[in-house]
Amino acid sequence: MPLSIPREEYMLPGHTACAGCGAALSMRYVLKGMGPKSALAIPACCWSIIPGEFPYTALKIPMLQTPFAAAAAAISGLREGLDAQGKEDYNVLAFAGDGGTADIGLQGLSAAMERGHNVLYVMYDNEAYMNTGIQRSGSTPFGAWTTTTPVGLKRNYKRENKKFVADLMIAQNVPYVATATIAYPEDLSRKVAVAKSIKGPKFIQILSPCPPGWFFNSADTVKISRLAVESKVFPLYESKNGKFALYKPAKTASISDYLSLQGRFGHLREEEVRLIEEAVEKRWSSLLEKEQN
Amino acid sequence: MTGNEAVAMGVKLSRVKVVAAYPITPQTTIVEKLAEMVANGDLDSKFIEVESEHSAMSSVTASEITGVRSYTASSSHGILYMHEALHWAAGMRVPLVMSVVNRAIGPPWNIWGEQTDTFNQRDTGWMQIYCETNQEAMDSIMLGYKIAENKKILLPVMNMLDAFTLSHTSEPVEIRNEKTAADYLGDLDLDFKLDFNNPASYGSLASPDSPFMEMKRDMRDSMYNAVGTIKNEISSFNELFDADLPGLTENFMMEDADYALVTAGAISSTAKYTVRKMRERGQKVGLIRLYFYRPFPAEEILKAVKGLKALGVVERNLSFGQRGPTFEDVVSSLYGRVNIPIRDYVVGLGGRDVRVKDYEKMFENLIEGNNEIDWINVEVK
Repeated sequence: MPLSIPREEYMLPGHTACAGCGAALSMRYVLKGMGPKSALAIPACCWSIIPGEFPYTALKIPMLQTPFAAAAAAISGLREGLDAQGKEDYNVLAFAGDGGTADIGLQGLSAAMERGHNVLYVMYDNEAYMNTGIQRSGSTPFGAWTTTTPVGLKRNYKRENKKFVADLMIAQNVPYVATATIAYPEDLSRKVAVAKSIKGPKFIQILSPCPPGWFFNSADTVKISRLAVESKVFPLYESKNGKFALYKPAKTASISDYLSLQGRFGHLREEEVRLIEEAVEKRWSSLLEKEQN
Repeated sequence: MTGNEAVAMGVKLSRVKVVAAYPITPQTTIVEKLAEMVANGDLDSKFIEVESEHSAMSSVTASEITGVRSYTASSSHGILYMHEALHWAAGMRVPLVMSVVNRAIGPPWNIWGEQTDTFNQRDTGWMQIYCETNQEAMDSIMLGYKIAENKKILLPVMNMLDAFTLSHTSEPVEIRNEKTAADYLGDLDLDFKLDFNNPASYGSLASPDSPFMEMKRDMRDSMYNAVGTIKNEISSFNELFDADLPGLTENFMMEDADYALVTAGAISSTAKYTVRKMRERGQKVGLIRLYFYRPFPAEEILKAVKGLKALGVVERNLSFGQRGPTFEDVVSSLYGRVNIPIRDYVVGLGGRDVRVKDYEKMFENLIEGNNEIDWINVEVK
C-alpha cells in the first residue's frame, strides 16, 4: 500500500506540547490533510498554548484564538467572511479540546453544525481539562481519576459514563462524522481527506492520549491509542450522509490491557473493571446494530 | 420610520458583508429587517442566524478578521451574555459596529427602556454612542464604522437607541444617499486581516514580560486620542450628508445657564422641552446631552459647566454601593478644575416615565440646593 500520509508539514518544531502529547500528533496529521489554504480557530485548551507565545507560532496556517465557548461560532464567522470575498476554496476548521466541545462549547457546536457552514470541527479528545490540570469533563470516561474526581479515603472517581460527542453529531444528521486516533494515521488522514471533499459541516473526534493527565509513560502514547481501539473502548467509526461504518480491529486486546497502563485507572477494583467491560460490550453491540440498520 | 428600521437602513448604507444576530426584544425588528433585505437581494451580505449572543459576537469578530465589514445588534440580557466576547472584539482591535437597544435587566423580567445594560459594558474597550433620535440612530452606524475603522483608533463602536421610545416609534428620517455613503466608507481595509501567505496567530498567549501591558495601553491611548478624530469626522459627516449630528456632547441653552442637567439618549428630548418651558418662565437652565459616552467627553463638559451654579447628572441606569457611573465620570472630569455642587438622579428604570414634572423637580432641587434627592418618580413608602 502506498504511503497515504502527506509529506508536507504545517506544524513546525519548537511548539510547547508535553513529551508524548497525543494532541500534538492529532494536529500534525489533520493539518497535513487540510493543507496550506486553511484557517484555524482554537478556543481555550492545550492547543491555545502549544503553538507558542506571542509573537511566535508553530503553525504555518493562520490561527484565530477564540473564547472558550466560541470555536464553532468563530469558524462560522471565518467561513462566511471568506465566502463573502469569493474565497470558497479555502478550508476553515476548528481544533478544540473535549472541554471546549463536550461541555462549554456544545451549544455553539450543535448550532454551527445545524446551520450547515462548510467547516470542519476537530475535537481532540484527551478526556479531561488537561490545560488547567486534569479536571473532569463530560468526555472523561467512567472510572477515571481526575483532580475533581479524586480517589480519597471515602473513595471516588468519575461515576458517570463518557459523553460521546460524535454520537450526538450523528444524531443531528451532520453530513460527515468520524472518530479517529493517532495510532492509525492512515485512517485519520483518509478521514480528513473525506471531510475535506464534502461541502458542508464535518466533525471528527480524535482520541488523543495525554501522558501527564492519564499517568502513563510518554513513550506509550501510540500504544495506548492503539489499545483503546483494540479493546473497543474507543471504537473507530464514520457516518457519511447517514451511512454508518464501524471498524472492526483485526487484533483485539482486553480492557485490562488498556486500563493497566494508565495511572488514572490504577485504583479500580476487579468488579469496577468488569462494569467498564460490560459498558464497552454494550456500546459495541449497539454500534454493530447501528451499522446493520 | 422606526428607530430599528433606521438602524437597518444605516447597516445597508454601510454595505456590511456579514451579519450575525440573535433575536431579543426590542432589538428583533432590526434583525428581521436585515434578514428581509438579504432575502430580497437589497443587501449583499451573509447572514448567520446564531444560537446566542455570545456566538453572534464571536462570529462577527472572526468575519472581521477575514477582512469584511460585519455587524450585529443586541439588547439587555443579550449584551450581558455577550460580555466576554465584547472584550475579545475590542482586544482583537476589530472595528465592528453593534447596535444596542437599551433595555432593563431582570429580574424581574422587563422589556422596557433603561441604560444599565450598556453602562455595564463601559470597560470593555468599546466606544459608546447614545442616540436621541431615529435620524441619529441611522447616521451613527455610518459614522461609527468611519471612526472605528480609522487606523489610529481601531476600536469597535456600540451604538445605542432607547427601547420602544426610539426602536418602535416612527419619526421622519432622511435616508442618506447610497452612492455618497458608499464613497464615504469605502471597503474595510484591515492591515492585519487573515493572510494565507503570511500566516499569523491572533490572540495567542502573552506572558507578563510580553507586550501584553503595552497592547492594553495602546487600546486605552487609542480611545483617549480618538476624541480629536471623532470631532473631525462628525464635522465631515454633517457637511457631506447635510446632517445634524452633535459633537461628543450637545449643549442645549447652556450659554448663560445657571443650572444644568446631564442626560443621554431619548429622555433628553423631554429634558429639552422642560428647559425651553422653564426658560420661558425666566429660569436660566440648560442641558448637556452626552452623544458619546466612551471616550468620555471630559473637556466638553468642563467647558459647558463654566459659570454654572449647580449641575445634576441624570442616570437612567443603576449601580450599587456607589453613585452612578456618569456622576463619577463627571465629577472626576471636573475635580480640581471647577468647584460647583453636583447631584445625581436615578430615573426611568424599567421603562418608568421621565416626565416634564420630573425634570422640573430635578431643576428645582438643584436651584434650592438642599434636600438632596436622588430617586425620581419613585413611590415613597
